[in-house]
Amino acid sequence: MKKLVTHQGVTAPLLRTNIDTDAIIPSREMKLVSKKGLGEGLFAGWRYTEAGGRTPNPDFILNKEAYKNTSILLSSKNFGCGSSREHAVWALAEYGIRVIIASSFGAIFYGNCTRNGILPVVLPDEVIVELAAQIEDPQKDKVTVDLAEKVVISVKGEKHPFIISKGCREMLLEGLDQIGVTMRQGADIVNFESLYSKRRSWLY
Amino acid sequence: MAKTLFDKLWTDHEVAVLEDNVSLLYIDRIFLHERTGSIALESLASDDRVVRNPEKVFCTMDHIVDTHTGRTDETLVPGGKQFIQSTRAASKAAGIKLFDITDPWQGIAHVISPELGIVQPGCTLICPDSHTCSQGALGALAWGVGSSEAEHAMATNTLVVKRPNTMRVNFTGKLPSGLTAKDLILHLISKYGAAGGSGCAIEFAGEVVENLSIEARLTLCNMAVEFSAFTGLIAPDQKTIEYLQGKQYAPTGDKWLEANKYWATLSTDAGAVFDKEITIICDDLSPVVTWGTSPQHACGVTDNVPSIPFTVDANEKASYARAYQYMDLHAEQLIESLSIDAAFIGSCTNSRISDLREAAGILKGRKVAEGVNAICVPGSKEVKRMAEKEGLDKIFIDAGFEWREPGCSMCFFAGGENFGFRKRVISSTNRNFEGRQGPETRSHLASPITVAASAITGKITDPRKFL
Ligand code: SF4
Repeated sequence: MKKLVTHQGVTAPLLRTNIDTDAIIPSREMKLVSKKGLGEGLFAGWRYTEAGGRTPNPDFILNKEAYKNTSILLSSKNFGCGSSREHAVWALAEYGIRVIIASSFGAIFYGNCTRNGILPVVLPDEVIVELAAQIEDPQKDKVTVDLAEKVVISVKGEKHPFIISKGCREMLLEGLDQIGVTMRQGADIVNFESLYSKRRSWLY
Repeated sequence: MAKTLFDKLWTDHEVAVLEDNVSLLYIDRIFLHERTGSIALESLASDDRVVRNPEKVFCTMDHIVDTHTGRTDETLVPGGKQFIQSTRAASKAAGIKLFDITDPWQGIAHVISPELGIVQPGCTLICPDSHTCSQGALGALAWGVGSSEAEHAMATNTLVVKRPNTMRVNFTGKLPSGLTAKDLILHLISKYGAAGGSGCAIEFAGEVVENLSIEARLTLCNMAVEFSAFTGLIAPDQKTIEYLQGKQYAPTGDKWLEANKYWATLSTDAGAVFDKEITIICDDLSPVVTWGTSPQHACGVTDNVPSIPFTVDANEKASYARAYQYMDLHAEQLIESLSIDAAFIGSCTNSRISDLREAAGILKGRKVAEGVNAICVPGSKEVKRMAEKEGLDKIFIDAGFEWREPGCSMCFFAGGENFGFRKRVISSTNRNFEGRQGPETRSHLASPITVAASAITGKITDPRKFL
C-alpha cells in the first residue's frame, strides 16, 4: 500500500451532502473480478454525458482544465454513504485521489479508505467551505495535509487539526498491510478461540 | 455496571484491545456473494493466504445472477458470467459452502442466512455488503464490511473494529393498520436525516418492535445502514427462539439448550446508558413513501412533496433542488398524483414470505393498471417454494405481476436489466439513489403493500384504501 505522510495537491470541492458510493462508482462500471481498471468509472454518472459512455461532461468539475490532477476532494456530510462496495475507494485511488476532507463519512467507506492508502479527514463544514473559498487558481492554490502532525493547512496557511485513530494513522504512514499486522497476533487468536469455543460451543 | 446488548456482544468477542476504542474482534460467521466475495476470495488466494476456517464461511449467488425462469450462468450484467464462474471456482478452491444457482436454498444473503439459521443471537457475522445489518434482527452483531476486511476476516477470523457509539430507538405506542416495519424505518430516517445514526450501533426496542415478527424485524434492521448506522440490532426473545428452532444450521440437542440459556441473557440491562436515545410514538403515523433521491426524502403517502425546509444549510438546499429535478416533481405536489411506470416487490428489505403474503392480500382478485411493469422476485428459493405452496404465485401472476427466480434482481442496476430511462418505479427496496434501478430511473421506496396498491391504481397509492 502507498504510504502517506504529507500531501499537497490540487483540491476540488464537491460540496454536496450524501455523495453515495453508487455516485462515486456506478454498479455498471464494476465489470471485472478485479480491484483494478476502475479509475475510468469514477463518478461516471456525472463525469460523462451518458450512461456507459466516455464523452466528458464539460460541466463536471474534475473535467475542467483548472482541476487537472486533482488529488484532494472536499465534500460535506456523509461522503461515501450507501453500498459497501470497496470499488468506490479503488476507483478514487486509481484516479489519483489521496485525501478526502468531509464533515462526515459513511462508516464502511471510511475504513476502506485507510486500507487503500487514502486519508479520510473529518473537519467541520464551515472549515471546509473556507478551505474551498481560499482556492482561486486550483493549479497553484494547493491544500496541504500533514498526517504526521494531523493538520490540514489551508492555502493561506491556517492549520486545522483533525483526529484519526492510531491504527489508521500508522497504516497510512507506513503503508502497512493489515492482515500481516494481525497475523503477528496469531497466538492471541488461538488463545481466545480455545476459551471461546468452550463458552459458545454451539457456534462450532 | 449495567450493560447494553451491544456492550455484551462486543466484550464477548474481544480478542485484544489495540488502542482506545479499537479492538480486535472475533468473527463467527462470514457471508460472501458473487459480486464482492469473488474479488475477496481471489485476492486472498493471490496473496498466498488461505481461509482459516472454511466451515464458517458461506457464499451465495444473488447480486448478478439472472432472475428469469430457466436461468443459467448467462446474465445481462456486463462481465456478469465471469463473476459467477469465478465465484464458483474460488469457493470450491477455498472449500466453503456455496449456495449456487441450482442449490435449493439459494437466495439473497440476508434472506437465506436467517432462514437457514446461519446467523444466530450473540454471534458476530460480517459480509462485504452494506445490508448485512439486517441480520442484527436476531440479536447478532452483524455488519457490512469492504472486500479487504472480508479478506482479513477469512484469513484471521478476526477484524480490527473501531467501537461505534450506541443508540437506542424506541418505537412505542401501537402500530396503526396499514403500517409496516418499512414505514417505521423510513419515518425514522426522514425525521432524523440519512446521517442521523452516523456510525452508531442502534438497538431497536419498544413495544412496537417487540410485537413485530422476526421477518418484520429484519426489514427494520435492513435499513439501519440508510440511517448511516454501523448496524442495527434487536434483543432476541421467545419469537427469535421459535424462529430458529429446527433451522438447518441452528444448534440441536444439548447445544440448543445451552444456546437458549445464553440467548436469554442477551438484552440491555435496566439502567444501561446509550450515547443517544430516540423515541418515536407510532400511534398517528401514516404509510411512508420516498419522494427524492435519498431515503431521508420521505413523507406520508397522503402528503404533498415537502418544500425545502427553512432550517437547512446551502448544501442541503442544493440536494433538495437536485432531487426535485431528478425525480421530475415539485414541492407541494400531491404524492398520490404521481403516475408510475413500474412496481417492484423484492430485495433483502422486503421479499420474505410475510411480505409476499401481505402484498398478495391486496392483489387478490385485482389487476395491475395498464402499462405498469410489475415484477415480484422472492428473496430465496425457500420463500418461492412456500409462496407457491400457498398459491401466492397465482395471485401475483393473475394480477399481472411477473413471478421470478430469487436474487437481488432490479434492486440495483449493474448495466444489465433495469426499469428504463427516467421511468418512475414504486419499489419495496432500500435505496432510491440516482441511477440505482436504471439510467435516471426514479425510484420511490415503500412497503410491499403500498407497492401492491400503487400497482393496481397506476399511481402512488395509500394501501389503507385496499384493506
Ligand atoms: S437485494 Fe439489493 S440491497 Fe439487498 S443485497 Fe441485493 S442489491 Fe443489496
